[in-house]
Amino acid sequence: MLDPYKIREDFPILKRKVNDNPLIYFDNAATSQKPRQVIEAIKDFYENHNANVHRAVHTLSQEATELYETAHEEVARFINAKGMEETVFVRGTTEAINLVAYAWGLHNLKRGDEIVVTLMEHHSNIVPWEMIAALRKASVKYSEINDDGTLNYESMENLMSKKTKMVCVSHVSNVTGVVNDVKRVVKLAHENGAWALIDGAQSVPHIPVNVKELDADFLAFSGHKMLGPTGIGVLYGKKDILERMEPFHGGGEMIREVSFNPKTKHCKISWNVLPWKFEAGTPNVCGAVGLMEAIRYLERIGMGNVKAHEEALTKYAIPRIESCKKAKIYGTRDTSVKCGIIPFGIEGLSSHDVALFLDNYGIMVRSGFHCAQPLHEMFKLSSSARASFYVYNTREEIDRFTEVLKEIGQF
Amino acid sequence: MVTVDDYVARTEGTCGKEQDVIVIFKFDKKDEAVKRILAKATLKKSIAGIVFELTFNNFSFRLYGSGKAIFRDLKNKEELNALLSELLT
Repeated sequence: MLDPYKIREDFPILKRKVNDNPLIYFDNAATSQKPRQVIEAIKDFYENHNANVHRAVHTLSQEATELYETAHEEVARFINAKGMEETVFVRGTTEAINLVAYAWGLHNLKRGDEIVVTLMEHHSNIVPWEMIAALRKASVKYSEINDDGTLNYESMENLMSKKTKMVCVSHVSNVTGVVNDVKRVVKLAHENGAWALIDGAQSVPHIPVNVKELDADFLAFSGHKMLGPTGIGVLYGKKDILERMEPFHGGGEMIREVSFNPKTKHCKISWNVLPWKFEAGTPNVCGAVGLMEAIRYLERIGMGNVKAHEEALTKYAIPRIESCKKAKIYGTRDTSVKCGIIPFGIEGLSSHDVALFLDNYGIMVRSGFHCAQPLHEMFKLSSSARASFYVYNTREEIDRFTEVLKEIGQF
Repeated sequence: MVTVDDYVARTEGTCGKEQDVIVIFKFDKKDEAVKRILAKATLKKSIAGIVFELTFNNFSFRLYGSGKAIFRDLKNKEELNALLSELLT
């Protein structure tokens, strides 16, 4: 097991107070805090190595390029991809999904084709598909979920057919923390001749993820939710699929050659090799360096330990929250099928009231739809409050949180 | 002349079906803003002297000692501004 008290020493922000109370940060599903190792790596990059990457011969550029490429390799190793050619750096999960929707969908979807998603998806795994489906006269089909927020695999299976071209599913729900059996979903997709995209925004930071084992065609995730900086994320794609896809953005770096033909008065363009074909323009080099350091930090802890710690915290928190007057947890309470995310409400109060009340005591939770309105509609909720845990959270913080929830119950 | 802008840092529509509005007061003016509002609005309930359930001109809202307030059932931004103007100036 990991030692959250030792880990907390690495996070400068956890020493601060908010509204005269020690900070309790339970909004990790939105973004995580950063350890000093990541902060120092970013500082060191700008103080000592900053330059644009690739195609320069000077020393600084060589150093920056080496760091940037090593970051790709570290990410590939972390998720057990074949190599850096399978890891494309993007701004975050949203951009990764949009990349696939446009670079693949625009050229491959046709009238009558179907994309299968689930009702528990984050808007970023719904909206790009609806947009591309509208452009290509294809349609998006929504797999149902059960009353406890778990995925209805039968519904998903029934939706799939030879018309299905892409299946997109969250590995872990950002609202309920439910862990989907994505290996099963990928298998179903492949049996129907479709590809599968896994939204790993809430799984890669919290549980061991192995793309080979899942056999996922695509996996999207964000650096900032896993101790890294904002503005850097990853699209994993199988090499043979990425090779067959057209680029997403055009510009520098993603081309091998742009040659002007004076006879045709056009440029002949050929694409760069993977992953650079999908990384147009100057990339977020510093973000990649920060993400690499975050991965190294998580690996030192061990992803199995991260998972066990969050599961223990969730098991500890659920009965304590439920013991608070008027408090209700939404979705399953079964910690064998969920991660450290707990959506809850207090009878008679809006989620925003709950979040503001907790904020008054230095406790940060999120309120609203969490970019998953269809799931809230299914639960018949106008919004929800959400507590989400990470490596630096402790039982004492949960005790304090439930003390304050009891006070809120008096309202 | 004192204006709403002297006190208010930001207003934010909430995410969710409720369509509430959260008003965040400027950090260095939050205590004064809370004091002014408490002097004008009618107190319905309070918890530990840091959360206040208030009414004013038939509007109910909650004020937090941290310098934030949540308003419900407002028609538009103009209505919020008029309310804040009466409460703060």
